[in-house]
Amino acid sequence: MNTPSHTRSLYDITDRTKRRNATEKRFRFYGVLAITLGVLMLAVLATTIVSKGTGAFQQTFVTLRIELLESKLDKKGNRDIEDMKKVSTFGYAPLINTAMENVVAQYAIETPLKPKEMAAIISKSAASQMRDRVLANPDLVGQTVEFKLLANSWIDGYLKGRVTRDSIANNKNVSAEQLDFVDKLRDAGLLKKSFNMAFITGADASDQRPEDAGIGVAMIGSLAMMFVVLALALPIGVAASIYLEEFAPKNWITDVIEVNISNLAAVPSIVFGILGLAIFINMMHLPQSAPLVGGLVLTLMTLPTIIISTRAALKAVPPSIRSAALGLGASKMQSVFHHVLPLAAPGILTGTIIGLAQALGETAPLLLIGMIGYIATNMPDTIVSGLMAPNSVMPAQIYEWAKRADPAFYERAWGGIIILLVFLISMNTLAVILRRRFERRW
Amino acid sequence: MSYFTLIGLIVALGVVGFFIGRQKVRASKLRLHSLPRYYGTFVAINVIVPAIFALATWLVIAPFFVKNPIAAQITDTMIPEGGAADLVMSDIERIATGMAIAVQNGTLDLNAIDANTDLDKLFDTLAAAGVVMGGAINPDVVSLAAHYTRASQTSHSLMIVAVLLVAVGGFIFAYRRLKPDFRARNNVEQAYLRILMMAAGVAILTTVGIVASMLFETINFLGLHSWRDFFFGLNWAPNFHGDSELAILPLLWGTLYISLVALLVAVPIGLFAAIYLSEYAPKSVRGIAKPLLEVLAGIPTIVYGLFALVVFGPFLRDLFGDGGAFGVEWMGDARSVATAGIMMGVMLIPFVSSLSDDIINAVPQSLRDGSFGLGATQSETVKQVILPAALPGIVGAILLAASRAIGETMIVVLGAGAIARFTANPLEALTTITTRIVAQLTGDGDFNSPETLVAFALGLTLFFITLGLNVIALTIVRKYREQYE
Repeated sequence: MNTPSHTRSLYDITDRTKRRNATEKRFRFYGVLAITLGVLMLAVLATTIVSKGTGAFQQTFVTLRIELLESKLDKKGNRDIEDMKKVSTFGYAPLINTAMENVVAQYAIETPLKPKEMAAIISKSAASQMRDRVLANPDLVGQTVEFKLLANSWIDGYLKGRVTRDSIANNKNVSAEQLDFVDKLRDAGLLKKSFNMAFITGADASDQRPEDAGIGVAMIGSLAMMFVVLALALPIGVAASIYLEEFAPKNWITDVIEVNISNLAAVPSIVFGILGLAIFINMMHLPQSAPLVGGLVLTLMTLPTIIISTRAALKAVPPSIRSAALGLGASKMQSVFHHVLPLAAPGILTGTIIGLAQALGETAPLLLIGMIGYIATNMPDTIVSGLMAPNSVMPAQIYEWAKRADPAFYERAWGGIIILLVFLISMNTLAVILRRRFERRW
Repeated sequence: MSYFTLIGLIVALGVVGFFIGRQKVRASKLRLHSLPRYYGTFVAINVIVPAIFALATWLVIAPFFVKNPIAAQITDTMIPEGGAADLVMSDIERIATGMAIAVQNGTLDLNAIDANTDLDKLFDTLAAAGVVMGGAINPDVVSLAAHYTRASQTSHSLMIVAVLLVAVGGFIFAYRRLKPDFRARNNVEQAYLRILMMAAGVAILTTVGIVASMLFETINFLGLHSWRDFFFGLNWAPNFHGDSELAILPLLWGTLYISLVALLVAVPIGLFAAIYLSEYAPKSVRGIAKPLLEVLAGIPTIVYGLFALVVFGPFLRDLFGDGGAFGVEWMGDARSVATAGIMMGVMLIPFVSSLSDDIINAVPQSLRDGSFGLGATQSETVKQVILPAALPGIVGAILLAASRAIGETMIVVLGAGAIARFTANPLEALTTITTRIVAQLTGDGDFNSPETLVAFALGLTLFFITLGLNVIALTIVRKYREQYE
């Protein structure tokens, strides 16, 4: 309507107003859409992680009663560990075949498979597990002992739905007859999925045995590394912040330092990896892939974060505290260390925890110092070897599993991610709780 | 004596000095200038700091006196065909390490090694000590290694004596200065201040270290490979024959393209989310949505990378690939620019969103009120008043997000692929600078070959690109920022 405005009622809605209202509605809608997309992505990520990862915590086990023949395991009959150690896993494997034959006879299972093919459904690591247990208890020799052995990753995949009868057509590791056999064992109650503690506490395994892979050793490596980061980054970061905040004169040197710190906070993490490779490994000849070196690299990365949050915490302490301390005769150093620092401690603590959480999830710099391709198979025995012996860390271990391009290993990678996220969530929650508990409104 | 023990001993001496110093002034009947513990700390600092300094100096200087005389004795007869003096020196060092361990275990007597020593037996002893030597080793080299071991041991013993002497000397020096009117607290606090300054200096050292380490190796690289080819060539094709084509332009294209896709996803979503949260959302929604978006920022990048590889890539391939929902054959592999770019964009949403949120909140309410007073709707206010006022800050935030995207590694390593080429199809695999750095430094290869050294050149370029972006972001924000009172 184009009547002149002074004859128009305010309650008449012109075209232009309609357009403006429509634009307003659209704009609001875009905002809601953006937030929904963000939250939706988070939900998709969370469901994917949980659905794909929980499978890694359950593993298929076969319960077998195996007769530990003395004639094969302890030929001299004197239960001497040194002699028994000479029997390698090759000696234990036929016992599994015999046990399979017994099971078939006992439960009247019809199958065209030979005992060796039947035993093939067991993981290749089973013989080694049997050997470890017998060497730990030599008295078991001569008895029939019940073993709970891991099934191999194909059978595990069959029970979890990864491997179907159609997909095994070209697979020479598993045959349809073996799957039938597995079904019959399952009906007899001998084969089932149960909680696999070895995933959380165990060591990594080679390409052939994804069922045996665990993240425990990598967890120890992560812990050792976090310890190094805490021990180095916290003192250096707090000291640097105190200097910059309380003592530094306002000249160009201080400006350079401050510009440096804010630049370091934005440098890509891989550049720190290059620095670690060039200086710690090539120049200082520290051991490759050691948590100590990883800790040093991550200390340099976490330092700017801690410095920035510590400076904020120090700034938040009101100047009246400092003035009061000085007025009562304290020196500047005493006022900072006896009064300002304790009051700023909660903020420093939360900043450090958040910095540590960021460091825990970092992968790229650690790949360059050698933590890639390293199979973490042994728990470190002493503190020094825990720091200096090559090890892996959780994110690098997850990357290593993801690289192997095997669906069984993908499942383990997702399981590892669940564990990593559990650590991260607990650290961040701790930081939030501490902040709420100790926050002071000045 | 290991280094741990030596340092422990120095610290123990310092602690003893603390108690002795404190006791001395406590025994005095006169009025003290500072609290007794400051006198004790003064003594302790004077014991520990010079000793540690002496230890560090010895560790840096001693190799020149131990290694160089031995290296000078390497004659041409000792260098095998196709070898070099450096390799012979490193052989000597390895044998010496094994000898040192064997001597410590008691399985080797250094004085018994001469021209008549049975080399096989010696190498068995070394192997038992953990050092396995392969190939034929010249007996002269072995005797040089024995000299080296002896020289190292002498140097080590001398170091221990010297460091302990310095510690004791420091104690005596400090003890004599302890008088009741000595200004101990001031001295100690000066020392603390110097320690604080050194901690602040670590930041500078880190930057210097980063630039120096990469610069050094880059210069080595440019000595082996023409700089023109590196900066202006168009092919990335490393191989082991020696005639690799190593150029940064295809990698730069990949990096920039993926970052562009990431920003195309992150900036609209992040900006609109920030606008909605600060202008429209009620407090309850803001209280829930903001932390949820922050969670996206806390997820490690390896999770995004794995998600891209295993879920999102195949999803895109199902849509755009052969036999997919759209019936086109644009996508071959699950890894592509779109896969990595979109996941990176999701990762950057909270980055853009929280930075923009802070900036939009900083715009004073008076501008909004003035705009409403003149009859504008909320969206018009945002578009015509608030965004222009906040624009420098938002541009700064976008540049910082771009810098983060350019430097990101894990998502592109897992999601983007390894092919270096110039293509505009977002559904094809492309590689980036960061991916190639990881690939070149973790592959097999001689460390001094151009294929490995190029990673340092790439790293240096990456460092300067991100540094430049950050500096530009800061300058824009500082220069165009409106100062509201």
